[in-house]
Amino acid sequence: MAKVLVFIDNPGASLKKSSLELLTLARSLGESAVALNGELSDGVAAAFGEYGVGTVIRPSTDDLDDFLVAPKAAYLAAAAEAAGAGIVLLDNSPEGKEIAARLGIRLNAGVITDVVAVDADGTGHKSVLAGSYNTACKATTPVSVLTLKANNVTPEPAAAPTTPEAATVEVPAGSSTAAARITAREQKVATGRPDLTDARIVVAGGRGMDGDFGPVEELADALGAAVGASRAATDAGWISHDAQVGQTGKTVSPQLYISAGISGAIQQKAGMQTSKVIVAINKDAESPVFEIADFGIVGDVFDVLPQAAAEIKKRKG
Amino acid sequence: MKIVVLVKHVPDAQFDRHLNGEGFTTDRDESILSELDEYALEAALQLAEARGGSKAGNQVIALSMGPAGAVNAIKKSLQIGATEGVHLTDDALAGSDAAATSLALAAAVRHLGDVDLVITGMASTDGETSLVPAQLAERLGLPQVTFASSLEVDGGRLTARRDADTSSETVEATLPAVVSVTDQINEPRYPNFKGIIAAKRKSITTLSLADIGVDPAQVGFSGSWTTVTNAEQRPPRTAGTIITDEGDAGIKLVDFLAAQKLL
Ligand SMILES: Cc1cc2nc3c(=O)[nH]c(=O)nc-3n(C[C@H](O)[C@H](O)[C@H](O)COP(=O)(O)OP(=O)(O)OC[C@H]3O[C@@H](n4cnc5c(N)ncnc54)[C@H](O)[C@@H]3O)c2cc1C
Ligand SMILES: Nc1ncnc2c1ncn2[C@@H]1O[C@H](COP(=O)(O)O)[C@@H](O)[C@H]1O
Repeated sequence: MAKVLVFIDNPGASLKKSSLELLTLARSLGESAVALNGELSDGVAAAFGEYGVGTVIRPSTDDLDDFLVAPKAAYLAAAAEAAGAGIVLLDNSPEGKEIAARLGIRLNAGVITDVVAVDADGTGHKSVLAGSYNTACKATTPVSVLTLKANNVTPEPAAAPTTPEAATVEVPAGSSTAAARITAREQKVATGRPDLTDARIVVAGGRGMDGDFGPVEELADALGAAVGASRAATDAGWISHDAQVGQTGKTVSPQLYISAGISGAIQQKAGMQTSKVIVAINKDAESPVFEIADFGIVGDVFDVLPQAAAEIKKRKG
Repeated sequence: MKIVVLVKHVPDAQFDRHLNGEGFTTDRDESILSELDEYALEAALQLAEARGGSKAGNQVIALSMGPAGAVNAIKKSLQIGATEGVHLTDDALAGSDAAATSLALAAAVRHLGDVDLVITGMASTDGETSLVPAQLAERLGLPQVTFASSLEVDGGRLTARRDADTSSETVEATLPAVVSVTDQINEPRYPNFKGIIAAKRKSITTLSLADIGVDPAQVGFSGSWTTVTNAEQRPPRTAGTIITDEGDAGIKLVDFLAAQKLL
């Protein structure tokens, strides 16, 4: 059976949904092991057992977070060798992809990013060219490295829980000498809303919000949704750059994407057109966003959004 | 300073893009300089200008790997302000994945001698993997500073800002280094008339794999570590119901969501 190694970076007190997705996928592909960086809390240790992890590997040093990517990749390469992994899975965050990139060079392994599904033989499925093609890619090397997009696997605990073995892997000496050092880290304030990349519903606003994201936030909260934005809105400073959806922002594929006051430029579409259902509200009937909307409203966002939010609250009681 | 900017020639996203080349590669007919690489070029030009520009011996070398047409991305870079161009082109490069691309680009950068900085875009607008900058740093054994939204260089050190999801980071590294920049870092300039004229006198060096000492078997379809086994065009999204607000569109929206079981 294939050995599958999952990289989990600083889980904190509990595993994120995307980590549970990785563990579920790993188990479906073979015998799974975890390479952890950071503290191992009791809750996380228990979750590893529930998800059928065979071995939990940890690094010999605790300073990997002081550097950008390189030493984490060196550690993960050593862990993959120790575990005899044929497949290494990481999350699809920018850092996950970069660790995968360097890991690939270290292991002479093909890297496939933005994967939504993996076949038993390691073939990864992904969409490319702004969601216009579905492709299948396979590494031709003994080891494959894949980064999995969130929300594509349903987390499921193992039928038979395990008691994972603990192992330590030596971080190769010198792996931080040529690495960029992180000298300061400023925590961002949490919004209290769901995380944009794995939210079930996203309400996004654009230039049409004219400086006032209140109606977008109100509808988002009525729906329990994350807030997104076009680049025009983030560039104008109406909302944090973290909310940007699109080519240079986040790629989302929620069950529902509500686009408000956004024209639907190609760079915006690149980040949202694989959403299950798209709703668009725009006062210009000629807006390109209507070409991809399942339900379009030609109207003013300042009328439609508050009315919808009030109606949802009324129906939810 | 000697700065190499990596510029890629990519299919223009304003037109329909297709994977109908050999081995499901992109059709490169309507191609342009990747928009995201304009930010890399601008970052390089600003660093060079702050040090007295080309008169003071600062070099901004636009390097592109690609078929014959890729020279257009280099020409555009020269018009915008790069001081010289290098075009790495060889039939054996066709079909290179990120690993093979980074191998060839690493050899080309080494061929250019002592380079202080290699600056790239945050992602190519066709491949969109963001793998190349990290792989290049790994291959060259240089510090990697990726997704920089600001960049300062002071003597032999660079400082950059990088936005992660839960934090923003200040990152420091020694030169030489590989830096990728986001579209937040600057406002790229357009080529002006003077620049277009000046570009005609700038040199473009063409390099083959033999020139940079790379074995053709290490790149292209044969040297790549991944292969695309299938590609299917997704059925384009079609427009659904479009209504015009007559005072109750918010309610109709909620009706729609309820019918779709999305509430
Ligand atoms: C390199 C590069 C990368 C980019 N990356 C991204 C990216 O990641 N994400 C992204 O979104 N964009 C990106 N862009 C920008 C993109 O090209 C568009 O400029 C941007 O998406 C436009 O944002 P918008 O739709 O909010 O604004 P506009 O195009 O100005 O559209 C505003 C819309 O709001 C409508 N409107 C105005 N008032 C109202 C009202 N009261 N009620 C209802 N409708 C109203 C208007 O009819 C219009 O359609 C990028 C561009 C470049 C060059
Ligand atoms: N063929 C190429 N020629 C020059 N630069 C490239 C090439 N491929 C990738 N790059 C650089 O690497 C960056 C990231 O590309 P990618 O890893 O393909 O997303 C781009 O923005 C370019 O700066």
